[in-house]
Amino acid sequence: MDLPCGTFSENYAQDMAIFRTKSHWVMLFTFLIFLFACPLFFSDRILTILTIIGITIISVHGLNILTGYCGQISIGHAGFMAVGAYASAILRARLGWSFWAALPCAALAAGVAGLIFGLPSLKIKGFYLIMATIAAQFIIIWLILQLYSITGGADGLAVPRAKIGGMVFKSKSSYFYLVMIIACLATFLAKNIVRTRAGRAFIAIRDNDLAAEVMGINLWAYKLLAFFIGCVYAGVAGSLLVHYIAFASVDQFPFMNSVWYLGMLIVGGMGSTAGAIFGAVSLKLLDELVTIVGPILSAAVAPQAAASLSLIMRGLVIILFLIFEPRGLVHRWEMIKAYFKLWPFSY
Amino acid sequence: MTFLLQLAITGFALGMIYALVAIGFVIILKCSEAFNIAQGHFVMIGGYLGYTFLVTFGLPIWASLLLAIVAAIFMGLLIERLTLRPLVGQPVLAVIMMTIALSTIFEGLATLIWGGEYKTYHGVLPTVTLRLGELSIPSETSIGMIVSIVAVAILMLLFRYTKIGLAMRATADDEQIVQSAGIRVTTVYALSWVIACVVGVIGGILLGSVSGVMIPLAEVGIKAFAVVLLGGVNSIGGAIVAGIILGVLENVAAGYLDPLLPGGGLANVFPFVVMIIVLTIRPYGLFGQVRIERI
Repeated sequence: MDLPCGTFSENYAQDMAIFRTKSHWVMLFTFLIFLFACPLFFSDRILTILTIIGITIISVHGLNILTGYCGQISIGHAGFMAVGAYASAILRARLGWSFWAALPCAALAAGVAGLIFGLPSLKIKGFYLIMATIAAQFIIIWLILQLYSITGGADGLAVPRAKIGGMVFKSKSSYFYLVMIIACLATFLAKNIVRTRAGRAFIAIRDNDLAAEVMGINLWAYKLLAFFIGCVYAGVAGSLLVHYIAFASVDQFPFMNSVWYLGMLIVGGMGSTAGAIFGAVSLKLLDELVTIVGPILSAAVAPQAAASLSLIMRGLVIILFLIFEPRGLVHRWEMIKAYFKLWPFSY
Repeated sequence: MTFLLQLAITGFALGMIYALVAIGFVIILKCSEAFNIAQGHFVMIGGYLGYTFLVTFGLPIWASLLLAIVAAIFMGLLIERLTLRPLVGQPVLAVIMMTIALSTIFEGLATLIWGGEYKTYHGVLPTVTLRLGELSIPSETSIGMIVSIVAVAILMLLFRYTKIGLAMRATADDEQIVQSAGIRVTTVYALSWVIACVVGVIGGILLGSVSGVMIPLAEVGIKAFAVVLLGGVNSIGGAIVAGIILGVLENVAAGYLDPLLPGGGLANVFPFVVMIIVLTIRPYGLFGQVRIERI
């Protein structure tokens, strides 16, 4: 336990609270104030990176609930994001709905898509489920390309700017606020979903699904619930992404992204809300590093070096983490915290 | 009717190559329970190796094939030792992510070394087009079939009559008993990766000689997964039968349905539709073992 000495729980609510001590609350508010003050001192370039990170965090939270907590591995998360993205894009561009109405519908559409492709999970697991979700990714993208008259197919679809009342989220900083508020809410919900009865059922299914079933957990309902929740998160993230770029195209949701989201979970640490955030932030920053280093390397070595650097780096990061730190950054972070809690005594 | 038969024959050729790729996958899976997502990338690397030896170095076909196989053996040994062995005993997700990471690294290396460009080496392999009435059987079909049959025959002999082949089958059955019988499981793992690499590289050279090499060639691996699932993940014979079924079905479906669909591209998504159907109805495939789980 990482609570300081002398913290006693006198009732159940205290025992369950996430923020227990005054310093916890101080740290939370310092972080929130710093986060929401970002547009004051950062340039548009950095705000763009932070906004994309925020959207990624929302998406990875969904994958974390599905894969990290419920153990249902999905390599089709970008496909489910595409469902949410296109649902909101169609509702807004073709039917003229407002942003606030389109966002929940997009989330619901992605969730339903998740339910449909989650159906095989009742019979299969592990590798077979991975194959089913990879198939989901490709089938979704193919369907989007086929439904040309609705989705615009390969040409993409222009999406109007997000608008609430008379306020248009056009500038980088305004959209940054929108994304960060939703990301904070998503984090809060993700953290609490896994502490509910459903969340404990997910963990039981992940650890041993047969034993969970024997204990009276309805596998059918809870696996599908995990798919639904995970894909709702993906739908929200996809919808936010296309509203940010003001354009929806299938190129925004490549298969490689699905893999990369799983990579973020591995790097950050599976089955931990903090891990999803750690992973999304660190790997997105790594991507930015590659976009800076890539052109330099291209000029120095060969023109194709930038493209190959990005691929090789992504592969290497996942390999190194799998071999040397399979529990992810969040485990390393806990160890550092534990070390400094006791410092300078060894135990 | 001629159209249908022609589609079926081209599909048969495609299916043979799918089967060859799928066999490499099945061998690794049988021995070490590892799902090798990078199998398609072995094919791509094989195609580029063929280009390097045949065109850049100008070697004759037998020398190129030999060199490519040697390269594949080294590749297999390195992959197994460096990346897969540390993961023995880890959950299935770790192994799969490892092979996915390997596949991105292969893609990156191919981009770096060969520029990721489209390379062809037509006319290196003998091109004999058989004619059967109105149908023409492309050399792709005959060569793919011959090589697949030879490869499968060699593997069958290996599994049935050699000591190491028996060890591999025993490992597939029960790893712990094999270890206690004094068989080095790591050797078996290494060999299974070497075989998969060699089979993939040979398939790559074949495919490359017919249709050229480029990075998307690796997608043949994804189609091979559909083959593997349809045939049953631990059945080599199943992989061949399923490869042919899927190749023919895909080609016939694409030939008849693509003109009706606005976007086309049914051939690309067809394996995935098969995957979903197989997984929902019969997850262990046509010839796979039904697994019974106990707590």
